[in-house]
Amino acid sequence: MGAATETFYSVIRWQGITRRSFHKFCSLTATSLGLGPLAASRIANALETKPRVPVIWMHGLECTCCSESFIRSAHPLVKDAVLSMISLDYDDTIMAAAGHQAEAILEETRAKHKGQYILAVEGNPPLNEGGMFCIDGGKPFVEKLKMMAEDAMAIIAWGACASWGCVQAAKPNPTQATPIDKVITNKPIIKVPGCPPIAEVMTGVVTFITTFGKLPELDRQGRPKMFYSQRIHDKCYRRPHFDAGQFVEEWDDEAARKGYCLYKMGCKGPTTYNACSTVRWNGGVSFPIQSGHGCIGCSEDGFWDKGSFYDRLTNIKQFGIEKNADQIGMAAAGAVGAAVAAHAAVTAVKRLASKREDADHNS
Amino acid sequence: MGIQTPNGFNLDNSGKRIVVDPVTRIEGHMRVEVNVDADNVIRNAVSTGTMWRGIEVILKNRDPRDAWAFTERICGVCTGTHALTSVRAVENALGITIPENANSIRNLMQLALQVHDHVVHFYHLHALDWVDVVSALSADPRATSTLAQSISSWPLSSPGYFKDLQTRLKKFVESGQLGPFKNGYWGSKAYKLPPEANLMAVAHYLEALDFQKEIVKIHTIFGGKNPHPNWLVGGVPCPINVDGTGAVGAINMERLNLISSIIDRIIEFNEMVYLPDVAAIGSFYKDWLYGGGISGQSVLAYGDVPEHANDYSAKNLKLPRGAIINGNLSEVLPVDHANPDEIQEFVVHSWYKYPDETKGLHPWDGVTEPNYVLGPNAKGTKTAIEQLDEGGKYSWIKAPRWNGHAMEVGPLARWVVGYAQNKAEFKDPVDKFLKDLNLPMSALFSTLGRTAARALESVWAGRQMRYFQDKLIANIKAGDSSTANVDKWKPESWPKEAKGFGFTEAPRGALAHWIKIKETKIDNYQCVVPTTWNGSPRDPKGNIGAFEASLMNTPMVNPEQPLEILRTIHSFDPCLACSTHVMSPDGQELAKVKVR
Repeated sequence: MGAATETFYSVIRWQGITRRSFHKFCSLTATSLGLGPLAASRIANALETKPRVPVIWMHGLECTCCSESFIRSAHPLVKDAVLSMISLDYDDTIMAAAGHQAEAILEETRAKHKGQYILAVEGNPPLNEGGMFCIDGGKPFVEKLKMMAEDAMAIIAWGACASWGCVQAAKPNPTQATPIDKVITNKPIIKVPGCPPIAEVMTGVVTFITTFGKLPELDRQGRPKMFYSQRIHDKCYRRPHFDAGQFVEEWDDEAARKGYCLYKMGCKGPTTYNACSTVRWNGGVSFPIQSGHGCIGCSEDGFWDKGSFYDRLTNIKQFGIEKNADQIGMAAAGAVGAAVAAHAAVTAVKRLASKREDADHNS
Repeated sequence: MGIQTPNGFNLDNSGKRIVVDPVTRIEGHMRVEVNVDADNVIRNAVSTGTMWRGIEVILKNRDPRDAWAFTERICGVCTGTHALTSVRAVENALGITIPENANSIRNLMQLALQVHDHVVHFYHLHALDWVDVVSALSADPRATSTLAQSISSWPLSSPGYFKDLQTRLKKFVESGQLGPFKNGYWGSKAYKLPPEANLMAVAHYLEALDFQKEIVKIHTIFGGKNPHPNWLVGGVPCPINVDGTGAVGAINMERLNLISSIIDRIIEFNEMVYLPDVAAIGSFYKDWLYGGGISGQSVLAYGDVPEHANDYSAKNLKLPRGAIINGNLSEVLPVDHANPDEIQEFVVHSWYKYPDETKGLHPWDGVTEPNYVLGPNAKGTKTAIEQLDEGGKYSWIKAPRWNGHAMEVGPLARWVVGYAQNKAEFKDPVDKFLKDLNLPMSALFSTLGRTAARALESVWAGRQMRYFQDKLIANIKAGDSSTANVDKWKPESWPKEAKGFGFTEAPRGALAHWIKIKETKIDNYQCVVPTTWNGSPRDPKGNIGAFEASLMNTPMVNPEQPLEILRTIHSFDPCLACSTHVMSPDGQELAKVKVR
């Protein structure tokens, strides 16, 4: 790349940020990713010198909430991400070109940046009706998706749609909407689930790749460990109320106004792996539980088909958690140990259950 | 030559056919085909929804209290508006009332969405139809500063500010990696702004990108996240607690102050950046008044933003309600969602099957059986379409009609209805906008008018947010902290059977959901959404819909570059995921395809 190439470093210097502040930023980034001090200098070096990585962002059956979330990113600002960190060469939602001028970019990217571009997929392909429940350029979306996957360096599955299927794949899945790892089977896919995923998680995953030049470490379901290895419940600020047996019993009751635990209102925080209770939403303003509604589990596979969002986690009933929670609620105090023990049991069961699910998927 | 449609358009498909697929900078998937005559004027237009998801059948037999979350996922751009429509439909069916505070909070969320959606639409989906990014490189920053300061007192307007921006833009363009601006129609004669106006608009494109993420924090405060905040049948999930134990986790003084500061910034941005930009751009496109379509004839608005809780009658709604047909602005007709003859959907040109396709069906009795076939004159194959045949079936969108009329919905429709009702808060801003540009009333019925109505509405919505924030605080001050009514939360309290409807004015226009509940579960759920109205294909009588009508008789500078098509289609802010989500009530699985 020529001297004219803009790097992240040149951008922030242009914005009046000092070299010292830049290095501080790199250290903070390294820390927030859970990396050591050496990583900070690697981040700094990458941001100072690398040209922008081409990103092709495709849309299947979806609602565009992932794109909307992405543009909410506070750090980095999405304008800096798009102008200075990546080269978002194709994205139907914001690109200037349309029709064959848009299509031409896909061909060009495959030829010019073979093996060097990131394919980001929002939504999923429907397979019924020959794929024509999602038509793109007169053809089934699934064809275009497979074509662009062929030469991609890395593939990101944005959100619950691309990762698991999401709402259009909820029973009875009339269009046979299919997660992308079922149609692209020869490449690693980074799943960034959620409906949508948190903005800074999305930009965090992309900039991790462009910064470190490698894919993030994934769990066995393909999710980046840095953001998806803990449950909402593990880091929930209302957790002390769960442990103390203080629960909301009805919407807008005294307990709700005091910010007690929403478990009895159907909160799925105990079984949902995501970063909401730590990163929070929209620049850290809040997250669902903080605003009084239980977690609906939107980053979990098949969350639409696990009963009502207001049902208590019924699959753990046999271990007595529900009964315990009620009793504790009445006793109000003194039963902390029992709640914690019951909770540990729940955790163990969930782990077994999800292993079983994995086995089913693989069979 | 050509076919005369009942709603007054002469369609001639003998000229050269232009295909635009994908139409970009919209929500979802869409295709447009037009025929141009020897002078490159559009003489026939075909708009096609090219996706289909099936949310309603998925809703069958589910808990009605969960429906908001499913329908919210119909669209992540107008996030929340389907959820609001859904909780209203369930409350209507079950006779559930909500507290005043919940009404104010819902209005604040809906109005925040209006502003967010309008700002993002104008700057990030629509602006590139008017603004030549590359031309901005040749602007004089000093002259740009003079221009900016002549239209607004917005502080980011110094010569140095524009110079720095231009330098950044220049480096970006010279890198050869144009990102989202790649393959745009830069340099086309269809662009009419001087370089300085282009540079100013690019600056505001980036500022709006930064600012939009602040607007949605109002959803985050009340609903926990955005996109897709949480809602609740019977009220809102966020409790109010301003000075008791645990107030720190509820709607408290700090949260109210945060909301207030965001509202201040919204009002400021609307009035110092957005509206002046639209007026400035409009002044250079004054003689490009194409794209009116049916907006001067047939418009429909359901109304929204209830002053008081639980009253959805026209007089209690701050956004206007009513229908205008045949261009008769002196008569605004009442609208009834429950009347089986008023709102009906047709499928003769849609990829669905009815027992009798000459007739329409009311949403409570809606049938949606897919039937993907191409007309006899289509070119290509079923999985590689080269050209559609509009004489046959050609879209995943149904054709809704109001008393048989194709209607336009959206900000322009709302403002035309408000104008026709002689409401000063709608009439005066329209008159002022037109007068400042020295344009006649007829100019309102155009692509530019649609874009201007959206900006005027954003200004209106910002002021209304201030009103409902004050109202919320006054009510709390008066001792009412209630946010939810749980009297009928438990399904045991519901009747065996119930049906209802809910409506809103989504950013893109009139939106309604119809629900039937049986034995505490959803028995039938139907949505008729704004882009179903605007993007509708032809009906059995041959009436064309709003998108198609708006493209008619527009001259193209260069048919190889569909700039004029994009400009007019974008002025509706299409949402295709919304428009094409319906599914047969019995939801049978279609052809099986092996997944490898």
